[in-house]
Amino acid sequence: MTDLAANKPSARISWRNIDLAAVAPFVALALLLVLGAFANPNFISIDNLLNVLTRSAFIAIIAVGATFVISSGGLDLSVGSMVAFVASLTIMFLNSGAFAGPGAMLAAAVVVAILIGAACGLANGLITTLGRIEPFIATLGTMGIYRGLTTWLSQGGAITLRSPDIQSLYRPAYFGSVLGVPVPIIVIVATAALGAFVLYRTRYGRHVLAVGSNEDVARYSGIPVSRVRTLAYVIQGLCVAVTCLLYIPRLGSTSATTGLMWELQAITAVVIGGTALRGGVGRIWGTVCGAFILEIVGNIMLLSNFVSEYLIGAIQGAIIIVAMLVQRSLARR
Amino acid sequence: MNAAASHPPTGPSKSDAPVLQAVGLSKSFGPVEVLKDISLEVRAGEVHAIIGENGAGKSTLMKLLAGHLQPSRGELHIDGETVTLADPVEAERRGIVLVHQEILLAPDLTVAQNVYLGREVGNGLTVDDRLMNEGARRAVRDLGAEIDPTVVVGRLSIAQRQLVQIARVLLVPHRVVIFDEPTASLTPVEAEALLKVIAEIRTKGTAVLYISHRLQEVKQIADRVTVLRDGRLVASRQAAELQPVDMAMLMVGRDVAKLYPDHQTAAARQTVLEVEDFSVPGFAQHASFKLGRGEILGFAGLVGAGRTELMEGIVGLRHGRGTIRLNGTPVHFPNVDASLKAGIVYLSEDRKGKGLLLAKDLRTNLTLASLGRFVRGLLIDKGKETAALDKAIADFDIRARRKDMLAGQLSGGNQQKLLLAKMMLLDPSIIIIDEPTRGIDIGTKEQIYKFIAKLASEGRSIIVVSSEMQELIGICDRIVVMRSAHIAGEVAGNEMTEDRIVVLATGVKSEEAA
Repeated sequence: MTDLAANKPSARISWRNIDLAAVAPFVALALLLVLGAFANPNFISIDNLLNVLTRSAFIAIIAVGATFVISSGGLDLSVGSMVAFVASLTIMFLNSGAFAGPGAMLAAAVVVAILIGAACGLANGLITTLGRIEPFIATLGTMGIYRGLTTWLSQGGAITLRSPDIQSLYRPAYFGSVLGVPVPIIVIVATAALGAFVLYRTRYGRHVLAVGSNEDVARYSGIPVSRVRTLAYVIQGLCVAVTCLLYIPRLGSTSATTGLMWELQAITAVVIGGTALRGGVGRIWGTVCGAFILEIVGNIMLLSNFVSEYLIGAIQGAIIIVAMLVQRSLARR
Repeated sequence: MNAAASHPPTGPSKSDAPVLQAVGLSKSFGPVEVLKDISLEVRAGEVHAIIGENGAGKSTLMKLLAGHLQPSRGELHIDGETVTLADPVEAERRGIVLVHQEILLAPDLTVAQNVYLGREVGNGLTVDDRLMNEGARRAVRDLGAEIDPTVVVGRLSIAQRQLVQIARVLLVPHRVVIFDEPTASLTPVEAEALLKVIAEIRTKGTAVLYISHRLQEVKQIADRVTVLRDGRLVASRQAAELQPVDMAMLMVGRDVAKLYPDHQTAAARQTVLEVEDFSVPGFAQHASFKLGRGEILGFAGLVGAGRTELMEGIVGLRHGRGTIRLNGTPVHFPNVDASLKAGIVYLSEDRKGKGLLLAKDLRTNLTLASLGRFVRGLLIDKGKETAALDKAIADFDIRARRKDMLAGQLSGGNQQKLLLAKMMLLDPSIIIIDEPTRGIDIGTKEQIYKFIAKLASEGRSIIVVSSEMQELIGICDRIVVMRSAHIAGEVAGNEMTEDRIVVLATGVKSEEAA
């Protein structure tokens, strides 16, 4: 009866078994590329495309972490503030001159950024799990805290990387390229590949999806639900740290407005990518695709004269709604 | 259909013209035909029972009759007039209401708010809570229960929620009421009360369609019985002509005289689990019992007696106090992981909510509790998982159309088999299984009983928590009876009778309880 009713797809021929919801973001990306090429021939040039992908790196990498948090049934609104906070502390560390050579200083800064990012994520995780506070509220709180601490550290101004030696050594981390591929793009792919490996192939990843799918079932199956959730926030913190390490060489400074609204862009990328906001389904590559889509839409608007670029925020807002509608209609088939 | 004269008396308003008539109803989902050429009719003041195994098409038929689904072929007549029920609202407008099997209430709203949800009484701007509270109290009282209408539904027991749901449905002016397995989650006493309610509804001249797995009930309440098997109507007879065993045979299509397997009861068993003075605050007080090797121990009692919570406390799902000895060694399980490692598994009564990930495939569900065994290095070995699924499908006779289907697409019986297979991957020595056959058809029940007996014969110890007394009597060596958070007593051997259990479970003599 009920199982028969739900089992309509059983008779589908094989090519229709492809999960349309999983493919949709990539189709949308392809359509955007075609649209962009019509709008402005410069758009489709390799240089422009590499440039666009490079600029999507911050959101894409944060969003890989957000995919873990969201598919485990959580939410992290603090990531934008966390970028400002972690990047500020890392710059302050770089300015401290704790180690003699610029190389040693940079290596230590990488460790520092990763540790601070992980600690920020851990704080979010523990507040939601041990404190039993809704993720929305918990991370709304830490969002304010991380942002406020950044403003305090910078005394309302900017925190700037001072040593020119470190600056010149660090610059290639964002502006350099390997075999013609900009470093940030390599970092996106590496982060996503690692994320996909963990989410799809490991026991922890399976546990993340189980917890997000039904917390009770996970608990009754002996899965340490709180630990799985907390670790997802730590992964998010690590992704933020990686973003910071790319962000610092780009501008060399942070301020109270660094990473403003990035949490919304990251969540948008995750949702466009086909991850269910209610948890249980995570699509890492879809998320990366979603981040590309957001950046490409902005780029097309800049290159074309149809729409004012001041409307970018509104267009991105519309995209998330359209993406949800498309996914729902696909799910109903 | 003119055998109506031989009916037991069913009230004065009974008429010969059918209120609702289905003619040649068929329903297909894609190429799968789940209902084929079903014709039946129901008259005012008549209880017409629809029985059949899971997957026989009962629920689909009810959904067609209540406007939730449209037939692929065939017609519906109301008072002889051909109608199309485009949606449940139209069905309600014509007086056909459905009491769903699942509880569909808003847990954060009060009883009265739920009863009047979507048809609030008021002056157009504000709602009249006093009037609705009074109305809800009366509606529930009409069903023979007393529930405070201002209590939020989330605080009620399952049985009480069921009553609220029925009260809500009966508030709609109705001529035909369809009950989809209303007693599936009720204890015998509660079920008995509900049957009285249904008999009451019938005497008011309402036509009742009644789906149930409990054939005793059907025999007791129904005037007419229609049996479905594999989407076809195999028999439609006066209830007086059928005994439960006949019904079972018609449903399954074979003899089911031997429902319960043989199970040797050993005289002396080595104690493997000893629970002493164990309390789960708010649910179970000072419980003590022993479980022997290879023993099947039943836990009987009313819903809310604390059986489930006691078990959950023992395995570390709830906070509990007291002594647990496993093979003589005192143990304490702070969480389920610990009890699983010690070889104790608990299969929740709430298969869909706590047992299986309905939106995930069979493989993921099967290995969820024992993923450690399927990991090579960092990676999950999907080949090994698939092999385990193949073995589970064969061992437990899980009927899946496709191996990559979702757990939620399996029938209730097959979900239970999958859950059993999932827990057996842990190779437990003690298996606690809560309501093993709730909502499961007879054929599958028989299989589950055989699995349980087989596991016991392998030397595993089993605790069965069940509200079906016949089932406990049929498969258990001993039965512990709980009453309001305490262990009220224990029966074994010839003492294992429904009467004895009811006395212990209710604390009153059986004559009074009935």
